[in-house]
Amino acid sequence: MRRFTRRDVVVLGVLLGIPILLDIVIIWGPTLASIGLSFTSWDGVGDIHWVGGDNYKNMVENYPVFWPAVRHNILWLLFLGLIATPFGLFLAVLIDRGVRFSRFYQSTIYLPVVLSLAIVGFMAQLILGTDQGVINTILNNHDNPVDWLGDSHINLWMMMIAASWRHTGYVMILYLAGLKSVDPQLKEAAAIDGANERQTFFRVVFPTLRPVNVIVGVITVIEALRAFDIVYAVNKGRNGLELLSVLITDNIIGEASRIGFGSAIAVVLLTVSLGFIVTFLVQELRGARDR
Amino acid sequence: MSRRNLLRGAAVGAGAVTLPALLSACGDGPGGNKNEVTVGSNASDPVPKKAYAAAFTAYEKKSGKKVKVNTKDHNDFQENINRYLQGTPDDVFMWFAGYRMQYFAEKGLLHEISDVWGGFSGFSDALKEQSTHAGKQYFVPYYYYPWAVFHRKSLFQSKGYQQPKTWDEFIALAKKMSKDGVPVAFCDKDGWPAMGTFDYIDMRLNGYDFHKSLMAGKESWTDTKVKNVFDTWRELMPYYQKGALGRTWEEAGQSLQQRKTGMAVFGMPHPGTQFPESERDDIDFFAFPEIDPQYAQDAVEAPIDGFLVARKSKNLDGAKALLKWLGTPKAEDTYLALDPNNVAVNDGADTSKYSALQKKSAQLVSGAKQISQFMDRDTRPDFASTVMIKAIQDFIGNPKDVDGLCNSIERQKKTIFSSPVG
Repeated sequence: MRRFTRRDVVVLGVLLGIPILLDIVIIWGPTLASIGLSFTSWDGVGDIHWVGGDNYKNMVENYPVFWPAVRHNILWLLFLGLIATPFGLFLAVLIDRGVRFSRFYQSTIYLPVVLSLAIVGFMAQLILGTDQGVINTILNNHDNPVDWLGDSHINLWMMMIAASWRHTGYVMILYLAGLKSVDPQLKEAAAIDGANERQTFFRVVFPTLRPVNVIVGVITVIEALRAFDIVYAVNKGRNGLELLSVLITDNIIGEASRIGFGSAIAVVLLTVSLGFIVTFLVQELRGARDR
Repeated sequence: MSRRNLLRGAAVGAGAVTLPALLSACGDGPGGNKNEVTVGSNASDPVPKKAYAAAFTAYEKKSGKKVKVNTKDHNDFQENINRYLQGTPDDVFMWFAGYRMQYFAEKGLLHEISDVWGGFSGFSDALKEQSTHAGKQYFVPYYYYPWAVFHRKSLFQSKGYQQPKTWDEFIALAKKMSKDGVPVAFCDKDGWPAMGTFDYIDMRLNGYDFHKSLMAGKESWTDTKVKNVFDTWRELMPYYQKGALGRTWEEAGQSLQQRKTGMAVFGMPHPGTQFPESERDDIDFFAFPEIDPQYAQDAVEAPIDGFLVARKSKNLDGAKALLKWLGTPKAEDTYLALDPNNVAVNDGADTSKYSALQKKSAQLVSGAKQISQFMDRDTRPDFASTVMIKAIQDFIGNPKDVDGLCNSIERQKKTIFSSPVG
């Protein structure tokens, strides 16, 4: 190996050093601080008191919104992953096959992607509001209005549908780009070999979309974790819309500064997220090696 | 660098605890202009915003100084208050009396203004007490508004309804309204409006002293007295308009204005700001009905809003000069001329221009034996926001499981009130 000149060392040091420093300050510092703070009681102003595992015990045993929030976080992941994302793929395939007006569909379905999830939340309220919402007005059920946003059995599903409205278009455009790049000769070869449409898609086309699948998978996980925006815009993530990210906010931000307790919830969210991300990455990397 | 600063620095990235404060700090020039007082305002609704603007303009004219108002959304202001006070707060800011003021005074985030109070006249002892923590004053009261049962006069006349005095009459009226297709307005999407009903039932059933010590964490939530509050409340539930948890207080206020609902437990500004000006004379109220004759209608819930100085205020002299003026009857008159939904706190304020509703409100409060501030102002903010909002929403969603609810509140209360503070 060639010896580096002093200049090389300085350049390398700066180029590597700054990202590493940023990584430590922005990623590792806060992560470790959260883990540390999760064993303390702190109101954000006064002294920090060490309380050991009390926050975790309290969270699991006494905090009634904790388990629902965990459940909702997982539900969001499953709903987007198993329903919204496959639906986006389905739309992409339909449009790629050239149904009539496909350019029109392509644009309209993609359009919501430019909106932030918080905006989608505000729109959902205009549509789903109890007294003044569009749907209840059309249904004309003043005496017994459906409480789309207030009924904790319904509101989560409504929010997931609203979020999917945006998510589906995003997934669709990614798959559409992927499908366009699939070599038509592959399909012809499959047809000559006697494969029907379905077999061609699942056995030939879909496996070639692997790089797109990875991106879509990551985006689906990110979107599921970003559900905070929409539920917070609707009712501050209360009454059936609880998420771990909401509980963290509730406890850390605001007059109610239970920073230690909030950090403990943050550590749980970190573990949940890492669990999904690590599993996903291991799968993908292993898959890539096998190929 | 002390340990506290170090950890606070680490927390910047962790939860963005002080990030917005830092960002806003970038926009501020160094030092601060001595001829300009900045005011942090949570008065984001149009009516109070305009009224405050008039009051500050009056001060600018009188003193020759400038008042710069930074208005934030009401709820956002409340949620960010902790960071706000630790970051770069305005010289003067709007906030609430009672426990919520004392909480910040205790934490050392407020500036003592006992010297300003020395020059005040026209404030009752009760008001002074609400402005005091540990013998020192921190708060200048500006106006208050009572909570009561609000309704439209014309609707009561046309349907032949009578204002009830007792709980039985109240339930009978609610039942009749529900049958007539104008149920009792009810909302709790925002998480706090239903607290007013809890407070009143508790004070009527168990008395003010019990309520106050319950709020202070000294009573057990599993006490039969508390369960009785929920059980009593449940009698009213069938006559509420449906879907309370999906309805904001604005929507409930509008339903009252549109004659779709018959009455509502509200604070005075809630129906007031949802009625067009031409219909405001049609608003009337009655005191929350008596449940136990022993406590009758003694207590009135009347939150007081006012002004405080942050410890980190840059222009202390300017802030105190402004507060001195805000404590005068003239300052309250200027405000109330444009906001008829509140009542002045100063005895010297001009009541001759009061609307019938304001006169009645002033009477209600002056006749009260005790005054409460509202649940989220009478107890620890962390308890009110992380425990009680959820508990009351759960009760509205499922009014039957009172035992489970009370046990859950009590368990959470114990952990919160016993967690080390300071």
